Amino acid sequence: MKSFEYAAPKTLKEAAALLSDKWGETEILAGGTDLVTSLKQHITEPKRVVSLRNISEIKGIEIEKKDVRIGAMTTLAELAEDKNIKEHFPSLVTAAIGVGSPQLMSVGTVGGDLCQRPRCWYYRNGFGLFAKHEGASLVREGENRYHAIFSNDGSALFVNPSSFGPALIALGATIAVSGPKGKTRKVPAEKFFQTPKTESDRETSLKPNEILTSIFIPIKGLRNATYEVRHRHGLDWPYVTASVAFQIKAGTASDARVVLGHVAPVPWHSAGASKGLNGAKVDAASAAKCGEAAAQGAKPLSKNGYKVQLVKAAVKRAVLAAAA
Amino acid sequence: MAKVDWPAADKRTLIGKRIDRIDGPLKATGAAKYSYDINRPGMLWARAVTSPYAHAEVTSIDTRAAEALPGVKGVWRDTEKEVRYAGEIVAAVAAETEEIAQEAATRIRVQYKPLPHQVVDDDPKFFDAAKDKLNKREEGNVDDAFAKADKVVEGEYGIPVIAHCCLESHGQVTEMRDGELHVWPSTQNVSRYSDQLGGAVGVDQNKIHVECQYMGGGFGSKFNSDKWGTIGALLSKQTGRPVKLLLERDIELMTAGNRPSAYARIKVGAQKDGTLTAVEADIWGTGGNGGYNPPPVPYVFKVPNTRLTAKGIRTNRGGQRAWRAPSHPQGCFLTMSALADTAAALKMDELEFFLKNVSLTDRAEVYTEELKIAADLIDYKRKAHPRGDPTPGPVKRGLGMSIHTWGGMGHPSECDVTISPDGSVEARLGSQDLGTGTRTVIDIVVAETLGLPLHAVKVQIGKSDYPASGGSGGSTTVGGVSASSRLAATAALNALFETIASKLDTAADNLEAVRGEIRQSDKPENKMSWKEACALLGVNAITKRGSNNPGESQKMHLMDGGVGGAQIADVSVDIETGIVTINEMVAAQDCGLVIDLKTAESQVYGALIMGITYALFEEAVYDVKTGRMLNADMEFYRLAGIKDVGNLKVHMMTGKGYDERGVVGLGEPPVISPGAAIANAVANALGVRVPQLPLTPDRVIAVLQKGGNLA
Repeated sequence: MKSFEYAAPKTLKEAAALLSDKWGETEILAGGTDLVTSLKQHITEPKRVVSLRNISEIKGIEIEKKDVRIGAMTTLAELAEDKNIKEHFPSLVTAAIGVGSPQLMSVGTVGGDLCQRPRCWYYRNGFGLFAKHEGASLVREGENRYHAIFSNDGSALFVNPSSFGPALIALGATIAVSGPKGKTRKVPAEKFFQTPKTESDRETSLKPNEILTSIFIPIKGLRNATYEVRHRHGLDWPYVTASVAFQIKAGTASDARVVLGHVAPVPWHSAGASKGLNGAKVDAASAAKCGEAAAQGAKPLSKNGYKVQLVKAAVKRAVLAAAA
Repeated sequence: MAKVDWPAADKRTLIGKRIDRIDGPLKATGAAKYSYDINRPGMLWARAVTSPYAHAEVTSIDTRAAEALPGVKGVWRDTEKEVRYAGEIVAAVAAETEEIAQEAATRIRVQYKPLPHQVVDDDPKFFDAAKDKLNKREEGNVDDAFAKADKVVEGEYGIPVIAHCCLESHGQVTEMRDGELHVWPSTQNVSRYSDQLGGAVGVDQNKIHVECQYMGGGFGSKFNSDKWGTIGALLSKQTGRPVKLLLERDIELMTAGNRPSAYARIKVGAQKDGTLTAVEADIWGTGGNGGYNPPPVPYVFKVPNTRLTAKGIRTNRGGQRAWRAPSHPQGCFLTMSALADTAAALKMDELEFFLKNVSLTDRAEVYTEELKIAADLIDYKRKAHPRGDPTPGPVKRGLGMSIHTWGGMGHPSECDVTISPDGSVEARLGSQDLGTGTRTVIDIVVAETLGLPLHAVKVQIGKSDYPASGGSGGSTTVGGVSASSRLAATAALNALFETIASKLDTAADNLEAVRGEIRQSDKPENKMSWKEACALLGVNAITKRGSNNPGESQKMHLMDGGVGGAQIADVSVDIETGIVTINEMVAAQDCGLVIDLKTAESQVYGALIMGITYALFEEAVYDVKTGRMLNADMEFYRLAGIKDVGNLKVHMMTGKGYDERGVVGLGEPPVISPGAAIANAVANALGVRVPQLPLTPDRVIAVLQKGGNLA
């Protein structure tokens, strides 16, 4: 890695003041499971790294009014063991445990999970976010088995790797962000993620000098579950994830949200599948139908057609798990 | 007089028992020092710079900016102008700290003129008939045999390029001291490591001292000193300082060895009763930028009429290296897949079909016994079903099997055993323990021979200054070192008998060493303790050399070559997600006389895990356009973990029919069958063949969608 200045401030205000307003000049260090590798591989070469380690106000999980508030620096392991999370949001627990590696779960943070950069192997091999080579996309013509099947018309063909993104969107979470002057703004989870338009953009709506501080999830009694299609049990990425949340009243579903992971440059809210589930009696047939609806509109690349089938299976299983 | 033959079963106190490896605690506590752990006073850290181009001409290497960095002590530039694959080392730097070396490596400016490259290995159109010879082999009358066959079954199968991915990467620490070169490499070949190094760095081989006490896997990729050995030694010469150069994971995966791929169209002819009559195979694949050895097809089964053509495709990928049982996993996978498909087409039970055809093998009785044992262990009778699990629901279960063979005759090996007047014993040989238990095996053999406990013997291996022993490849080590240490220990014991015989008023011929005593065979009460006996040596220790001449040792039944093994896999396939899960795998394996049952079983467990890994996960993925390996990391170059391997059962074939053959190597054979057995089990579960390894969801789903079997 290239040498950099390291800062570990104690307050959000100090931290924000240490951040540049240009991407790449500074980087935020949370658990470091993604950033440290990126530094070592020269994917990013910041002048300064600002650690959030000493900022106590953004750690821990508590109930605030009708929300569960998760501090951005809460580790995956803490999240997976928290009694409120276990009680209200099993979809997050499944996503955390799915990470599979005790080492990653012990140091990786919830905020870091939401802000991690794509795992696209072209990106990680130094070909850039869009992997453009001689004017064409290496991904489109190359090894795209793990790439996007939705929203892949533009330059971004990678998939968002966040484990929690889909579940948080399904649960209607809000993300709190602290700006350079200590001001806080709140963004709905769905709006937090975005598809970069240029090589130097990032995959979230954070500004370079903003810090993700907390996640608020409303306690609304939603049934919720995550299903990840995984092959290797330890330390691996799912091929496709489905997170769902819905109410069941008098046997039928309402307020349904079906969100997919690892299928698009952002966690992919499947509006059609969500709508289709509302008013339906939740059973194997409607779950399968919901899976079919979620796969609608998929446009696989040359080598990732199998993911369409995985979407159907994952959504079906997530819906049934949530209803169980 | 002690005899050199292996003791009879009722006389063995250590041989064949389940014995913990003697260096286990050292490894578990971290006390064992691997190459990476070697730190010499004043040592520098080296970093390599590799080509990002798959094929290019190096037009210049500018190291000035690197050399200007404080702490940089030496640089190395390749004089070779052509790089033939991405990841090939072109320059290196040595510095005071690892961090400075890393930083300096990024400051080395290499100018390239890119040249056309070719990395595709799975399309035979890339075979260059102008440059490379078509490999052809034909026996019998193939066309006639197919014309007469009751059933002809055709299929396409493939097994990709994989890497060795040794958990300890390649590399070494080098040090020039008083004109002599000391090297601590991770090597499978302590005694002959310096063969290429000496000339490359201008140091006489008698001035090169190699030491490797512990190593974290080689699997055939660590026989030579390699380019990084030369670079390290040259940087040590240049700087006068010790230098540590171990490859980073990405470089290791790109440059330190590939297992060749093999793709094939195979046609099998058989009679109605299952008897195989003909096999025809068109094979293609790559050995990287070098030549290609076609895998043996048909494998194990000597089918009377066979035709094989093989096309080696040159690619701009790292060169091939021996990978545990070179060519056999490929030949086995191609053959056993085609044979299982033939059994299915004949509507025959796979086990019945294999048993029917074992008469075509060199060891029909062994395979028959092993297949039956494996079938019992996995509860075959209860679980077996014809192709296509009829159970409702998305998870389908299936069984599949395979058999394999290997040589495993011990290599030449020299061993010195010293008995000192205080009764202590030492065995010295320039062998190495790859993690397989070699050190423990030598201890067992010497202790058993001298009638002593394991801890009474000090085993000294891992240094080139010791008597030469062969490289650990091809399952040759256990036979080689068992024979040489048995010969040496027997000779030393007989010399001791000669010395003390008169004190016991008998002839040396009448003595035996049992449980720490030396006694008269036919009058056990006439005895003395081991210590008392050795004290009679006065000031003269006994040192005897045991030289293993493979031919002679085979005649004496100290060791032998040629084994068989059978494996059966029980898998589940989720037909909605394409995920293949191993429920259970069983292996029945022959390796002659087992010295240590525990480490022998461990070898087989390890091989099953390695086999499951290449069956389910491993492949080197290359980008066609840039020629770069995309998964040169352990994130997407996947290895199986403990939860991925299912329940493993190992049965070692021992006792009559096996023990009397002497010791046979075991490293390679059990890794040959897993790919085939697992792929056959998947075919049995689904009712349709997934033709290519690894068995990942994309491949499984693609086959199911084509066959319309998707739920």
